[in-house]
Amino acid sequence: MRPLRLATAVAFLLLAACERPPMDSVQQGYRGTGMQRVTNPRVAEPVLAANVAPEALAAATPSGTLARDTFKNVKVLGDVDAAEFTRLMLAITAWVAPEQGCVYCHNPAAFEDDSLYTKVVARRMIEMTRHVNADWKAHVAGTGVTCYTCHRGRPVPRAIWYTAEGGIQKTAYMGNREGQNAPSHVVGLTALPNEPFSAYLRGPGGSPIRIQAGLALPNGNFGSIQQTEATYGLMMHLSKALGVNCTFCHNSRVFESWEESAPPRVTAWQGLAMVRDLNGTYLEPLANTFPAARLGPQGDAPKANCATCHQGAHKPLFGASMLKDYPALAAVALPAPAPAEPAPAAAAPADTPAAPQSATPLGKVMFDVGKSDIGPDGQKAVADAAKAMKDNAAVKVMLSGFADKSGDPEKNLELAKQRAFAVRDALKAAGVEEARIELKKPEFVIGGVDADARRVDIVPATP
Amino acid sequence: MAEYQNIFTRVQVRPLTHGAGHTGMPLPRGSWPRIGGVNFVHLFGYFGEAQVGPFYLGTLGLASLLCGFIAIEIIGLNMWASVDWSLTEFVRQFPWLALEPPRPEYGLSIPPMNEGGWWLMAGFFLTLSMLLWWVRVYRRARALGMGTHVAWAFASAIWLYLVLGFIRPLLMGHWSEGVPFGIFPHLDWTAAFSIRYGNLFYNPFHMLSIAFLYGATLLFAMHAATILAVSRYGGEREVEQVIDRGTASERAALFWRWTMGFNATMESIHRWAWWFAVLCPLTGGIGILLTGTVVDNWYLWAVKHHVAPAYPFVFGPVIDPAGVQGGGQ
Repeated sequence: MRPLRLATAVAFLLLAACERPPMDSVQQGYRGTGMQRVTNPRVAEPVLAANVAPEALAAATPSGTLARDTFKNVKVLGDVDAAEFTRLMLAITAWVAPEQGCVYCHNPAAFEDDSLYTKVVARRMIEMTRHVNADWKAHVAGTGVTCYTCHRGRPVPRAIWYTAEGGIQKTAYMGNREGQNAPSHVVGLTALPNEPFSAYLRGPGGSPIRIQAGLALPNGNFGSIQQTEATYGLMMHLSKALGVNCTFCHNSRVFESWEESAPPRVTAWQGLAMVRDLNGTYLEPLANTFPAARLGPQGDAPKANCATCHQGAHKPLFGASMLKDYPALAAVALPAPAPAEPAPAAAAPADTPAAPQSATPLGKVMFDVGKSDIGPDGQKAVADAAKAMKDNAAVKVMLSGFADKSGDPEKNLELAKQRAFAVRDALKAAGVEEARIELKKPEFVIGGVDADARRVDIVPATP
Repeated sequence: MAEYQNIFTRVQVRPLTHGAGHTGMPLPRGSWPRIGGVNFVHLFGYFGEAQVGPFYLGTLGLASLLCGFIAIEIIGLNMWASVDWSLTEFVRQFPWLALEPPRPEYGLSIPPMNEGGWWLMAGFFLTLSMLLWWVRVYRRARALGMGTHVAWAFASAIWLYLVLGFIRPLLMGHWSEGVPFGIFPHLDWTAAFSIRYGNLFYNPFHMLSIAFLYGATLLFAMHAATILAVSRYGGEREVEQVIDRGTASERAALFWRWTMGFNATMESIHRWAWWFAVLCPLTGGIGILLTGTVVDNWYLWAVKHHVAPAYPFVFGPVIDPAGVQGGGQ
């Protein structure tokens, strides 16, 4: 009896850090390559719950005057209808400073006053949000971002980073950690370099992330093991921030090969370029605006990394678009400081509230388990989309069908296709010409949160 | 012999007259005396001989232990210093702590102490300690009139250690290529090493090393199981069975001949085991030595030589965005 009890105790101790099975796994790559998405539903549940978009505020009745004509000292949202402007301000308060209220940024005696640093920072952040939505579609697509994507009801987003306290202490004679070898959650509790951001994400032109040689034999690639560990640290952060494994993007037998990679790797690459741009152009220069208490140990401004927006989800808020309800944030930043490429002039007409940007989803048609016929809610979504298309004759749409992962995968692929066909037929029946409808197989047909996975997305096609 | 029924033997191997241990043969002139005297530990008797000591320390043993102690001290004190001399943090973070090699910019020069100098010094003393212990193992075997098989098997392990920490860094021109001293850090180093050089699994010497590693454990299990199975016929007295093949040997041989058509002999099975064990670090060391010096990306090497299988690209074309935009990442 005693050895048995001892064995149980030892087994319990050894397994204490393990997650209880069963796990859910969805095959994504070719069989045998191990490219599977493994999720633990018990771990995923709180992440799902923590990534729900709040309800949108009721639409504002257009006042007919612009914000810049109604209010004083409006520098970035002046082209927005005054009523919509007020609605957006209320939303931003709820997203960023729900406890502190308007006075977190504004002088209650004179709202136009710029004396509070928070107002100056907030204005710059609105410019940044518009810049992301207009110029970084390669990363945020039509979903876009709002203040809530990062803030989630906190004045300071949960995941920010500062440059770590100085590398080598010249005075110390031993015990140099070389910026690694500490239990840090940033790199998933490995001993890898735990502040990989300064090197790679501080601004444009960071250190090269790629480390593997492109040729079999030595040919001038002097990338060291220590550089590899730093890249590895950054990738651990990415993986943790998105709640995915290496194989979400890579075929791990050959990390460098793009041919064998999954499409999200391209999105992730754009994301890294975006974070460099945002840190270098918007966040780092705010060091002079912030009070000392908000700065890091090296006197640098708080900066963004993947976790700032993603917060454990492979798409922030699991792909829910809040931007479509606040189109003013999608308009092109007027004085774009250093746009990566000239942004299309898509600013809203001056006399109406800003129109939705072209790539925000037009609709989402949900389906019952195993069904490909459209229910009453779906019919309404189709009708709305058809109306929007009739109102704007230039819009073409792309339909992508999805299915949940229960049951036979092959049947689910077919089901996703049939759902897309059903929506196409419904749109045609509602009077939309077939030439304006395109069917597109999505990156991942199967998976996601179950109810959300049984759907067809109606997305404007970008030419 | 009915007592040999458990995974642990219940027979205590010790002399009948209590206290009179086996001191061994007389030492040659000029040797140090054996120290520690004769002790009996009942617990040890469950696993092997109950007698502990006397122990031969000698000049080499003393020098080796001293060097080993210095190396462990350098590593341990550096780890402790890295948590600001906090004992609780030292214990709590111990698996993460390490002594790191110098950065690449120092090449093969001697860096400042706190930027890799301690690592070089610890490596020097650890190497010296192992080499001295190797000579000691060789000399003790000779002193007992034995063959030197143990020493050469140990040399194989030292070879792998030297390739990792000394020979390969020398060839690459950077001490930074060496392995950090630390539990998780050396494991992270291993993973990073494989990734940097395009996946070590495609390195044929790594493949051989793994084959010998698993092969050695398989042989060990087969041999140990066979001997335990015939111990009721005195099979565990292997040396006698080598010279005078008794029924235990006959049965063991017949068992494998009937099972798989071929059987090793009482003597050759130990050569099999020795070579498998020795070849594991030997081939592994060759594989490490070729990595970075001769081959930069083992996956691409394997594609070139038709080793790596090709899979269909199921995702459609995924194109490097850096190439598309004409920029480097």
